[in-house]
Amino acid sequence: MNWIITFLKSSIGKKLLMGLTGLFLCTFLIVHLIGNLQLLKHDGGMAFNTYAVFMTSNPLIKFVSYGLYAIILFHAFWGLYLVSQNKKARPVQYAAYNGKANSHWTSRWMGVLGTMILAFLVFHMWGFWAQYKFGEVPYTIYERNLATGEITFANFEGEIAGKMERYISNDTEFTIVKDLYVVVADAFQELWIVILYVLSMGALAFHLVHGFSSSFQTLGVHHKKYNALIKGIGVWVFGVIIPILFAIMPIYFKFFI
Amino acid sequence: MKINLKVWRQKNNKAKGELKDYKVDHVSPDMSFLEMFDVLNEELITKGDDPIAFDHDCREGICGSCSMHINGRPHGPLAGVTTCQLHMRSFSDGDTIVVEPWRAGAFPVTKDLSVDRTAFDRIIAAGGFISVNTGNAQDANNLPIGKEQADEAFMSAACIGCGACVAACKNASAMLFVSAKVSQLALLPQGQPEAKMRVMAMVNQMDAEGFGSCTNTGACSAECPKGIDLSNIARMNREFFSANLTGK
Ligand code: HEM
Ligand code: SF4
Ligand code: FES
Repeated sequence: MNWIITFLKSSIGKKLLMGLTGLFLCTFLIVHLIGNLQLLKHDGGMAFNTYAVFMTSNPLIKFVSYGLYAIILFHAFWGLYLVSQNKKARPVQYAAYNGKANSHWTSRWMGVLGTMILAFLVFHMWGFWAQYKFGEVPYTIYERNLATGEITFANFEGEIAGKMERYISNDTEFTIVKDLYVVVADAFQELWIVILYVLSMGALAFHLVHGFSSSFQTLGVHHKKYNALIKGIGVWVFGVIIPILFAIMPIYFKFFI
Repeated sequence: MKINLKVWRQKNNKAKGELKDYKVDHVSPDMSFLEMFDVLNEELITKGDDPIAFDHDCREGICGSCSMHINGRPHGPLAGVTTCQLHMRSFSDGDTIVVEPWRAGAFPVTKDLSVDRTAFDRIIAAGGFISVNTGNAQDANNLPIGKEQADEAFMSAACIGCGACVAACKNASAMLFVSAKVSQLALLPQGQPEAKMRVMAMVNQMDAEGFGSCTNTGACSAECPKGIDLSNIARMNREFFSANLTGK
């Protein structure tokens, strides 16, 4: 086992940990996005709320999400540690340094962009994750007509055991569920929160414009045939499409609902 | 041409340095950057001042000694050239040019623009060699090597050890240099017997010298006078992973 420690302590091993955790976080973004796009369904939040219950109750998913939190923290602090180590490798700075002549600014600002993402994540987890887990969240009852698929919903005043109950009677499906949707919808009425979210997605976009393709290089994947494809996915999928889809949600709640 | 210079002056490794202003009149656009420094040094010597120390040797772009960080870039504004191949026609009359030594903890300044690059020598000594029997050279083409393979190895072997990659990198990382030295041997059959030991030893030495790690900014390759490609770094990473996973 000694060799693993020695390997991970080497400069290349240290960077491999960044690349692997970074790529894992990229796959998480896709899952998170697909789940959250249910916010845009016109169903009063029924799909999103049942999804939130599933994500916080299924033991396997709970296990994966705690792993995810650990990996985000590890990626963030390991990244900042590398930034500080790398600063030490040049104790005397240049009086003139023309970085833009030879590299893209995103690659030189990974630590700053990452720190912006980290600050956002703290805010994001506090606002939704902690509220859902520890805060006072209302319950909503959805009535879905099984024949027509029509959904009506109302505030639920009673009490249920757990986060969700579902039963069928008279060709109607009743769902009583903890309403995270309304927490989200309320938060995104605040203009400053909307702006904060949109700017943070900008930071994420630029982090991944460099980060996604960089992690392949770190893993040793570099080939003329595939470089352009990897860079293209990094820029267009992770740098443009995914951040825009995330940013659409707060904008939608603020201005279109 | 008249040129204004801001040049880093530092007596020795221990002394504190500073940027000093110089004026060089009568600069011909056909002079190389180093020849402009020769003219300035002649003037300094005539005045009884200490001439500016800088490294140079071949003055034709092959030895790699002419390390000067010019206006924020190693070897100045042109791509694919060393300082000795940079001519004053790349500047305009009246320009102010900032000239500094390579900046890296692993490259301590010895005097003025001269830095100690023996860290590179120690990295090569750690593993950048192959074992061959002495005696008569064996027949050429005795070992069949594909043309593409040979060309690729040759591209890696073009590295002249100038250190511009380290100088350009925001992390003062030596990954491009070390990966070129690992690749030129890893690509050839002659390099195979020591392949695993080589990459481990060279990366270890690189880390021990205090170079930074790689953020894949690509600044190294963009500034490399020999156009050493980033594929070398990816190759070294692969070699290093496989040596660690399967080596003893
Ligand atoms: C969802 C969030 C995030 C994703 C998807 C992500 C993804 C990535 C990826 C793919 C890389 C490239 C790794 C490589 O070059 O091999 C990377 C690098 C980096 N990340 Fe993140 N990251 C995220 C959050 C953060 C946070 C919160 C921080 C820090 C506070 C951070 C700091 C860094 C740094 C400093 C690097 C560059 C490391 C280096 O090359 O030296 N990242 N990230
Ligand atoms: S890789 Fe290029 S920049 Fe680095 S030492 Fe070799 S020739 Fe110089
Ligand atoms: S003096 Fe030899 S490369 Fe410039």
